[in-house]
Amino acid sequence: MRFTPQVLIFGARCHVHLLSGTCFQQLILVCVCVCVCVCVCVSPQVIWDIIGNKQFCSFKVKTKSQNFCRNEFNLTGLCNRSACPLANSQYATIREEKGQCFLYMKVIERAAFPAKMWEKVKLSKNYEKALEQIDENLIYWPRFIRHKCKQRFTKITQYLIRMRKLVLKRQRKLVPLSRKVERREKRKEEKALIAAQLDNAIEKELLERLKQGTYGDIYNFPVHAFDKALEQQDEESESESEAEEEEEEDDEDVGRREFVAEDEVEESDLSDFEESSEEEEEEEEEMEVETKAKAKAKAKASGSKGKSPAGGSAARRKRAYVEIEYEQETQPAAKSTAT
Amino acid sequence: EKEVKTRPGRWTGGQADSSSQGAAFPPTFSLSEVKNKQRRHLMFMKLKQEKRKQKMQLKKKRRKEREALGDKAPPKEVPKTIENQRVYDETTVDPEDEEVAFDEGTDEFSAYFNRLTNPKVLITTSDRPRGRTVRFCEQLATVIPDAHVYYRRGLALKRIIPQCVARGFTYLMVINEDRKVPNGMVLCHLPDGPTAHFKVSSVRLRKEMKRRGKDPTMHSPEVILNNFSTRLGHTIGRLFAALFPHDPQFVGRQVATFHNQRDFVFFRFHRYIFKNEKKVGIQELGPRFTLKLRSLQKGTFDSKFGEYEWVLKRHEMDACRRKFQL
Repeated sequence: MRFTPQVLIFGARCHVHLLSGTCFQQLILVCVCVCVCVCVCVSPQVIWDIIGNKQFCSFKVKTKSQNFCRNEFNLTGLCNRSACPLANSQYATIREEKGQCFLYMKVIERAAFPAKMWEKVKLSKNYEKALEQIDENLIYWPRFIRHKCKQRFTKITQYLIRMRKLVLKRQRKLVPLSRKVERREKRKEEKALIAAQLDNAIEKELLERLKQGTYGDIYNFPVHAFDKALEQQDEESESESEAEEEEEEDDEDVGRREFVAEDEVEESDLSDFEESSEEEEEEEEEMEVETKAKAKAKAKASGSKGKSPAGGSAARRKRAYVEIEYEQETQPAAKSTAT
Repeated sequence: EKEVKTRPGRWTGGQADSSSQGAAFPPTFSLSEVKNKQRRHLMFMKLKQEKRKQKMQLKKKRRKEREALGDKAPPKEVPKTIENQRVYDETTVDPEDEEVAFDEGTDEFSAYFNRLTNPKVLITTSDRPRGRTVRFCEQLATVIPDAHVYYRRGLALKRIIPQCVARGFTYLMVINEDRKVPNGMVLCHLPDGPTAHFKVSSVRLRKEMKRRGKDPTMHSPEVILNNFSTRLGHTIGRLFAALFPHDPQFVGRQVATFHNQRDFVFFRFHRYIFKNEKKVGIQELGPRFTLKLRSLQKGTFDSKFGEYEWVLKRHEMDACRRKFQL
């Protein structure tokens, strides 16, 4: 091991009494560790001797084939004698901050002032101009450092260009899923499925479409459906008209609860009792007229709703026709008296 | 003689206590204060039995009253369901609303509903789809007539869309995949229509269906849209309706259903047969899946600068269990 005379003297002067009995190497190490930041007299060669191969360097990353340097000021990223920023008193790097490139330079004159050790020069955005700037700042510097600086700068500009291009292309966005939320939604979905009763809903919808006739004449059995629908409607209208008749009778004459069918019987009776029955006839006929009108109106209304097709309305009219038959017997009389 | 003092021992004391416990409890006693697990359990079971007995008695009494009253009995109470208790949504569409009818006559789907365009669907996936997603896309293509499946070669959607428009497609459907399973769908109506983003769940492919029928034929299916009641629901319903051709071929007897229940849209594909005028049999073919709307964006797909008509905001919208958007 070659020791520079300064170190020896320093060690001999200051530390002998502290480290009496320890070996010489440890003494030197302590000196170097204490002095490397403060004392200018430690040469880079010594530093490299220590951290390069023999002792610990906190920036060194060792792999099977190669050593890397994690120091942010390192020019190449490898752990070499020529590329180590600690072991070279004159050093330069290119670093990039938010898309802007800077040239950092370190000279031996400023080694005593760690705060001002690195000189930062902003490089122009133009590639050629920046290269010229590097050249002009690093004029008379070792070839290796100049070359490596330019290489590093080129690489940096290339990756900046690629970053800008990528932003314009597709960007994949990762959306985090919350487990709780997913579990809750799954449960809600299950419950909704049960509540939906899909099969029933679909069947109901299809049957409704069949009833409404969207399928046209494809299926044969709809006739029965229409007949059934007819019958249902007849029953409904019958009950409706009866209810209305009852209401009318209640409104007009409390005593009168006579239905159309019964009038025949009374008409025959009326022929016996002419005087008193005439009034009754009139009123009855009025009622009949009104009820007939109502029935007709209802038939028309139901016909116009279009619920029952043409066949249905024919049956409707058939029914009304039956009523008219009765009334026609007495109508000539009614016309003369009622109006 | 010795006086045998009967001091209350541990066991007797306990028994005395239990006998007294039946009678007197301090008013603030709660079952959870009993430290002994077995006894606590017993007491709880007794409590439950009591409650059940009372409930049965009440039921019996009510039933007797109902029978006694006969016809005059008050109508049976309808049980509360979530659908019954749904918070009234002010955007619910009234069937006779003219404004809505006018809007729907002039929106982006009016071209379809006026029979000016025929649907043509392009189905694709996200990058590097796995087998399940690919099969799902193929099955979707058989369900939707005039659908084409294309492999996505890492292309950007914004670049695909003008090409689709140029080739006359009306819909772009992108199935997104995560962990080898389809989990999202982007449905974009093409000329310049809205883009809907759905979450896809419960995907069942054809061979996983029980008692399924043969493969769907090439006939156009009918479409059933259930329970789309609000304005948003209407838009989504029309979005689904415009996927299928106008005139269904009844010969095929196929029906595609989109049923909305509590904001989940269930898709089913069936073949039906009318046994008589009161009964219809349905047989499920085809894939089934559930959709939940995540966002609706005006205009074609543009997630950065697009204008969102509606976005699912979980904290606002999921806070109330009885409030639904579709």
